[in-house]
Amino acid sequence: MANEKLLEIKNLTVHYQSYDATVHAVENLNLSLGNGETLGLVGETGAGKTTTVKSIMRILPTPPARVVSGEIFFDGQDLLKVSEKEMRKIRGKEIAMIFQDPMTSLNPVMTVADQIAEVIRLHDGGSRAEAHKKACDMLELVGIRPERGSDYPHQFSGGMKQRVVIAMALACNPRFLIADEPTTALDVTIQAQVLELMKKLKAQYQTAMVMITHDLGIVAEICDYVAIMYAGEVVEYGTREHIFNSTAHPYTKGLFACIPDIFTEQNELVPINGLTPDPTDLPQGCRFNPRCPYATERCRQEHPENVEIEPGHFVACHLINGGGNENA
Amino acid sequence: MPDKLLEVKHLKKYFNTKNGLLHAVDDVSFDIERGETLGLVGESGCGKSTIGRAILRLHEPTGGEVLLNGVDVTKLNKQELRALRQKMQIVFQDPYSSLDGRKSVFESIGEPLVIQKVCKSKKEYEERVYELMETVGLAERLVNAYPHELDGGRRQRVGIARALALNPEFLVLDEPVSALDVSIQAQVLNLMQQLQKDRGLTYLFISHNLSVVKHISDRIAVMYLGRMVELADCKQLFKNPVHPYTKALLSAVPIPRLDVKTERILLEGDVPSPVNPAPGCRFAGRCAQCMERCTAEQPELREIEPGHFVACHLCDR
Repeated sequence: MANEKLLEIKNLTVHYQSYDATVHAVENLNLSLGNGETLGLVGETGAGKTTTVKSIMRILPTPPARVVSGEIFFDGQDLLKVSEKEMRKIRGKEIAMIFQDPMTSLNPVMTVADQIAEVIRLHDGGSRAEAHKKACDMLELVGIRPERGSDYPHQFSGGMKQRVVIAMALACNPRFLIADEPTTALDVTIQAQVLELMKKLKAQYQTAMVMITHDLGIVAEICDYVAIMYAGEVVEYGTREHIFNSTAHPYTKGLFACIPDIFTEQNELVPINGLTPDPTDLPQGCRFNPRCPYATERCRQEHPENVEIEPGHFVACHLINGGGNENA
Repeated sequence: MPDKLLEVKHLKKYFNTKNGLLHAVDDVSFDIERGETLGLVGESGCGKSTIGRAILRLHEPTGGEVLLNGVDVTKLNKQELRALRQKMQIVFQDPYSSLDGRKSVFESIGEPLVIQKVCKSKKEYEERVYELMETVGLAERLVNAYPHELDGGRRQRVGIARALALNPEFLVLDEPVSALDVSIQAQVLNLMQQLQKDRGLTYLFISHNLSVVKHISDRIAVMYLGRMVELADCKQLFKNPVHPYTKALLSAVPIPRLDVKTERILLEGDVPSPVNPAPGCRFAGRCAQCMERCTAEQPELREIEPGHFVACHLCDR
């Protein structure tokens, strides 16, 4: 693992300002990622996963979104400080993004080859013919016959559209790829195809990747590192092995307990009680305390800091930090 | 003698489209015992929701019979059907669009009671609604809330309360948890299991999520492109899947564990169009073990061991 990190997010805080309330979407978030590594960003609806990656791409709707504080270093350069003009050079070229829903992220009135060629011409220049040729090569790479490049998005199935989106994202050989729930809209057998493809391409191009998902099965399959997000914060971070084999935070444990296991017989799932908190009115102390079965007085008062419990494994929980692991 | 609550025989539902006849459900037969949960799995467009709706006659079936307690649902007239709807209800997938945005929780849950005129007094009506809210775990203070004020889990509870309002015997659950976050999903699944235990309900549980289906079902039926390809006891299906599609489907599920490595069977291509399907096995085009016979002759669902049905020519050898 190189010392020089490709991506480093420091103390990122993002708020959404509505006319009568402030939504604390992301609060004091720290993450880093090296070349060729894959980070899984896991959490439920409203945990701040998409807001985090959109702030890396600088595509947050501003207003209402506002980056309150923090720094996002990409290759040593603070992305939050570069001009919009420079950012346009980075977007699509250095950092590319795959969106969740392939049905809506393609332009319906352009052929898919033209859409891919557009990115190539914008960043790498070259003639129309060259860009078109490269676009067809990209399609072939993701397993679509190049002749189909002159088809429009509606002529493709969901899985193939997602392949087109992947081809577009990879067209300029980005060093860093953001995938926002890339397979959620797809059927399982098609999801398996797309995941296989992403694994292959990642190995081939050594692309670093942040993968947003709520499916721990996908995390087990594709990610090297995992960050579990809850109500705008990373509550647990570690390697895949840390998260799966020595799960520490009560929320992460809760997540594992409420997915039905295909291999064992269980009569009842153990759901996490309650609901994710209202992001405009977050609980005092630990944000998970109202739903946590182990919450103590301290959890209700004091906000837990991230603590390294073993090398590379960070947890934000009072129980583990000094209080002893009661639930071990 | 098993007590069959629902029998579906040779159910067909075709849709007329511009490009030809769409075979959404093609000759599907199965039955569900009283108090049992049958899981119906398959990918989008395989006809699982159409089956659920055709049973309730929300879609008019093109052919076949649906017997609920021995009464053929497909032959009933309007009045008879309305009376029978008390016995069978449905919970829809998307709690965001299946509730009327202009009706409060109270009105939504009470609507079936009003339509079927089951309450004799206003007091009884109100009591029933509050009782239903308690059954599904909705706080009393939400009684005047509108759907937009509720989160997905609570909305789905309203949908379940509506379905339970008339004390049905049989519920079609059409992807009831797929729009929900995992922690909420577990809450709703537990609720449905509890209700089944308390009220002796019979479920047809439709889902594309195999681990959820496995968790809640007694038996599982696998659909592919309008046909049922395999039907077996839940444990048996996971331990010993026989149909090549079932095998591929099971192997494609990402497992949230590091200690288990599954041998993945990757299917080539996409699900073909159900419009004017080719003769022969519907899965033939993507099947690695496809034989000559598979493209010519449609395999029938046959019992290969007690309670385990498969529609595949490979089983004949």
